[in-house]
Amino acid sequence: MIILEINDKNYTVDVAPDVPLLWVIRERLKLTGTKYGCGIGMCGSCTVHIDGKAQRSCQTTVGDAQGRKITTIEGLPENHPVKKAWVQEQVPQCGYCQSGQIMQAAAMLAEDPHPSEENILQAMDGNLCRCGTYSKIKSAILLASKGGRRP
Amino acid sequence: MKTTITRRQFLKITAGTGLSIAVAATPLGYRLLSAAEIEKEPFSFRPSVWLKILPDNTVIVAVNKSEMGQGVYTSLPMIIADELDADWKNVRMEAAPAGDVYKDPARGMQFTGGSSSVRNMYEPLRKAGAAAREMILTAASQEWGVPLSECAVVMGRVRHLMGTRTLSYGNLSERASRLPVPQNPTVKKESQFRYIGTEVPRLDVRDKANGAAMFGIDTFVPGMVYAAIARPPAYRADLETFDKEAALRTAGVRNVMPLYSGVAVCADTIDAAWKGRDALKADWQKGRYPELTTGSLEKDFIARLNSKGITARNDGDVYGAVTQAAKKIEATYILPYLSHATMEPMNCTAHVRADGCDIWVPTQNQTGVQALASRMTGLKLEQINIHTTYLGGGFGRRFETDVVEEALTLSMSTGMPVKLVWKREEDLQNDFYRPANCCKITGALDGSGNLTAWSHIIVCPSILSRVRPQSMKNGIDNAAVEGLVNMEYEIPNVTVEYVRLDTPVPVGFWRSVGSSHNAFTVESFVDELAHAAGKDPLEFRLGLLKKHPRAQRVLEVAAEKAGWNKALTKGQARGIAYHLSFGSYVAEVAEVSANKKDGTITVHKVTCAVDCGPVVNPAIISAQMMGGLTMGLSAALKEKIEFGNGGVKSENFGDYELLRMSEAPEVDVHIVKSGEKLGGIGEPGVPPIAPAVANAVFEATKARVRRLPMKPATILEALKQV
Repeated sequence: MIILEINDKNYTVDVAPDVPLLWVIRERLKLTGTKYGCGIGMCGSCTVHIDGKAQRSCQTTVGDAQGRKITTIEGLPENHPVKKAWVQEQVPQCGYCQSGQIMQAAAMLAEDPHPSEENILQAMDGNLCRCGTYSKIKSAILLASKGGRRP
Repeated sequence: MKTTITRRQFLKITAGTGLSIAVAATPLGYRLLSAAEIEKEPFSFRPSVWLKILPDNTVIVAVNKSEMGQGVYTSLPMIIADELDADWKNVRMEAAPAGDVYKDPARGMQFTGGSSSVRNMYEPLRKAGAAAREMILTAASQEWGVPLSECAVVMGRVRHLMGTRTLSYGNLSERASRLPVPQNPTVKKESQFRYIGTEVPRLDVRDKANGAAMFGIDTFVPGMVYAAIARPPAYRADLETFDKEAALRTAGVRNVMPLYSGVAVCADTIDAAWKGRDALKADWQKGRYPELTTGSLEKDFIARLNSKGITARNDGDVYGAVTQAAKKIEATYILPYLSHATMEPMNCTAHVRADGCDIWVPTQNQTGVQALASRMTGLKLEQINIHTTYLGGGFGRRFETDVVEEALTLSMSTGMPVKLVWKREEDLQNDFYRPANCCKITGALDGSGNLTAWSHIIVCPSILSRVRPQSMKNGIDNAAVEGLVNMEYEIPNVTVEYVRLDTPVPVGFWRSVGSSHNAFTVESFVDELAHAAGKDPLEFRLGLLKKHPRAQRVLEVAAEKAGWNKALTKGQARGIAYHLSFGSYVAEVAEVSANKKDGTITVHKVTCAVDCGPVVNPAIISAQMMGGLTMGLSAALKEKIEFGNGGVKSENFGDYELLRMSEAPEVDVHIVKSGEKLGGIGEPGVPPIAPAVANAVFEATKARVRRLPMKPATILEALKQV
């Protein structure tokens, strides 16, 4: 049995410790906001927070995630400045990568509340968006970093 | 907000509760019907769009088009809401189920593609909204016993103009539903639009910003099993051996079965299915084309340039003009196979039973899925329920029904609901790719630098011979030559020759289809000719488009906004290109710098001008231009499917790289309004970007790029030719 703390709730799951955290979050606990994109940590669609840091849940086993604090998109408060900025800037198109983008951006802003453009690019470069919403993602991050006020 | 319901449920909800309107396409035009009328209609009669007003004021629009990012779940409801003068706060959408009633009236098929959703639905939706508005008004005049002329609609309410009384649409929907549906409702004048033309926020954004939007991969059905398929690494490779027992010994694995496309493993969890697939250690024979490699394919394409093709266009006398030319320019271009690489990999959940079948699938092709399921199961079309989820990208890939066929096969053999999710590797290696192609173009200039002739030979696989064989006329695949046969440059002598080359690599629709490659060759070659004629590339184009004011206008606007004649930062250069596709004109100017030492290219900024006729939602149009050109740039700079040992070698985002944020340019979109016919917006942003960038690279380096993608090695190679 593996005990996972996700979004401040404890889940007991009957699963082998080498199973990717992604599959347990999505397919067993049905927190489906976290997406499968590549399975090799190259697209960022599966990004969650583990102890506050953005991590690829496809590259993390449940064994390693045990005993740590996990946050998924569903656990990020509705009024989180990043979620609000995403709505205000109308970022998503197909939307599939956006949970990962938001989790990545939220973790970056927690560490660096007023990032330079260079720091944004560095933090976000591992998150792919096939619809090409990059420049809106950038403006939403800037908006969130300015407390919701457009620069 | 989004829910999925079946047609039966829809009719049930509709009957007796509020007003609902359907639109039917008939040979005489559109016909409008109420819910009661449609139930009485014979099967052959095909009403296709629904709107309902519930007593609680909610306006529900059943959207028959799939949402894959292009904004239809917002733009289509906007059209109805505007004519109805509904309060946008109360507007909801529902994904329409599959069925004749939801077919696109212009195409007789329920599908999403060809940048046609707003184009084909604009008129019927306006009529549906206007009819409902007139019925609501009539209901109010009856309720109050006042003349119709004294009633007016304002944002979801009817006002009595001679007094202070008002009634909400919800209050009136019951009475309105008993009225006959007006057949020729008066649609609004443009000046009366409340929503059309404005940046109405998308209905899907909130769900997509909090993880609640349900994609195909998010489907759960009670009692379902997960399936994984081991596939051959080469085309037409037969199965040699596999370890069934080892797979069955994997905890959670239930069945192992060879399939036409590989060996399938069904299990209780997705991780067990995938582990079971690994345990199979499936071994494959060489495949039918063991010599197939990227290089062998390229050789085949280039060799076929010398074959006799089919003449797809023949204006004037090219041969004569070329022999008399003061200057003859010739160039050969070669473009690669591309993958769609939708962020959501192919997936489908299917449950086949004796009495019916449910399919949850992110699809662009409900009609195709339904027909396939009926054919495979022997069930009637109306027994096949299709639940269209959100699509995590489509780009044409989800027009195909291959993954549905597999899920249905597995559900039929196990008797259980089956959820099949492809790995990224399966997705990249089993695509219907954007066709590779090769072109030889010859241009003739007279002594004054006028373009007198253009001969274009294109070697390209055929998509339509498989997808829409009835559209093949005289052996010509219209998709392969789109943008060539209708090239607008006013040249007295033009020939286009199509050489069909079918290779073992399956091909399909990829965002903007033939225009995705033909815009590159045409707009690059026009640039080559402009330079050969010693003219400015913008002026040269404008001079060849005197009878095409819309083309001129987007070129002028893009150039002006980009500061075409203004100086740039040192080391940067501009390139321009335009293309007409799906009824829309798009011009793009790219500002680029190129590192001559390592061959890397940086695209700093793209200025885009689009004329798509009437503007429904400018924010969505801008987003589609930005998205389209970004995807086009990804392909232009980075994407190429590699082949080896008879199959696809590219595996995942490590070796099939997509554009990342640090490589994405600043984008500036300008909508050029025109009173012309509606054009599409999902695809037309793609075609001009590759040539705009390549033309800028030429300005910056004098190196002409005739091969995509523009990876550093390609640029260094082109630099050697300078």
